[in-house]
Amino acid sequence: MDGIHDLGGRQGFGTVRYTLDAPAFHARWEVRANALYAFAVRQGIFNMDEYRHAIERMEPRHYLAASYYERSLTSLASLCVEKGVMTRGELEERAGGPVPLAMPSRPGRANAASRERFRPGDRVRVREDHVPGHSRMPGYIRGKEGVVVGESPAYPFPDAHAHGVPSEDEPTYDVRFRSEDLWPGGADSALVHAAVFQSYLERAG
Amino acid sequence: MEQRTHSFAPVDRRVDAIQAAFEARGMPAIRGVEELSHLATEEWVPRNGARVVARAWTDPAFRARLLANGRAAVTELGLSMPPHHRHFVVLENSPDVHHVICCTLCSCTAFTIIGLPPDWYKDLEYRARVVRESRTVLREMGLDLPPEVQIRVWDTTADTRYMVLPERPEGTGGWSEERLADLVTRDGLIGVARL
Repeated sequence: MDGIHDLGGRQGFGTVRYTLDAPAFHARWEVRANALYAFAVRQGIFNMDEYRHAIERMEPRHYLAASYYERSLTSLASLCVEKGVMTRGELEERAGGPVPLAMPSRPGRANAASRERFRPGDRVRVREDHVPGHSRMPGYIRGKEGVVVGESPAYPFPDAHAHGVPSEDEPTYDVRFRSEDLWPGGADSALVHAAVFQSYLERAG
Repeated sequence: MEQRTHSFAPVDRRVDAIQAAFEARGMPAIRGVEELSHLATEEWVPRNGARVVARAWTDPAFRARLLANGRAAVTELGLSMPPHHRHFVVLENSPDVHHVICCTLCSCTAFTIIGLPPDWYKDLEYRARVVRESRTVLREMGLDLPPEVQIRVWDTTADTRYMVLPERPEGTGGWSEERLADLVTRDGLIGVARL
């Protein structure tokens, strides 16, 4: 999903609000929101891919304006309602006001029909897929070429796992890209690595 | 939309509402919140990663095991990772190479080892800029790397988790593991600082 969450390489943002010993939490409710979503995952109400995608499905203005833990909270509320664990009406009554939820989900997809096993050193290209549902392919690598530097164990395929679509677990490849290839003439020189699912990759000529 | 944003129920009331709805269905949310809050604030701390680094600095065989299979190696120190962190890759800094980790799509970290991510790691600015303006962003954050040092950015986009193994500072020969661990900061483990 080419949503507002896909931030890598976006321009116009200011300096990072960096402080030494920066906290992970700023308020007690944030700790509770974090614990509640983890509790829901442990209860089997939703999985991590569904959780991530429900954050991505937030209305874009709300996504950008919300704090990190408000996004967690919105995902948690949305999935609990979508899964039928509780109703929006009940939540709004208990909260004493409107409870924002994520936008409806679009369809997911299964693994790519053909998948290839790669080895470190192989040159690969990220497929030019445009998927409406959840995906873990940041837009900045779409269609780009890089070199495999590592292989992971098989993981659930997020494009399917976030949508209840049957799929096979598959490995990811740590792929090394040159920033000059990602943003020609428009980036600091660096090697940028992403963990890329096998279904997103094809062998480069 | 602006108006609607401001008319939402307060965030803490929304948290209360969800917790109460779980409880009303016989789901032990209060216990879960206590347990998971304790883990998040007391157990999943950067000191864990600091111990891993100090051991790697003082025990070459451990360092080799850590670089080969991070997830297995940290169990030797009594540490563990959640089921969905199936692979732990440790990135070794050298005089010529500097690693830095990020999550452009959300906020993923090896949180049981290096602690839950600090606020700036989850902010839009760091997520948007560190992959494309790595040297500039690090300089703005106080790490001015010489031009000959190559920067390697690692975007956490799957269930693999990463940690930087910083270089051991000079003048620490003969130090105990405990004392060495005191030198290791969370920012060093993320790669926005050198020790």
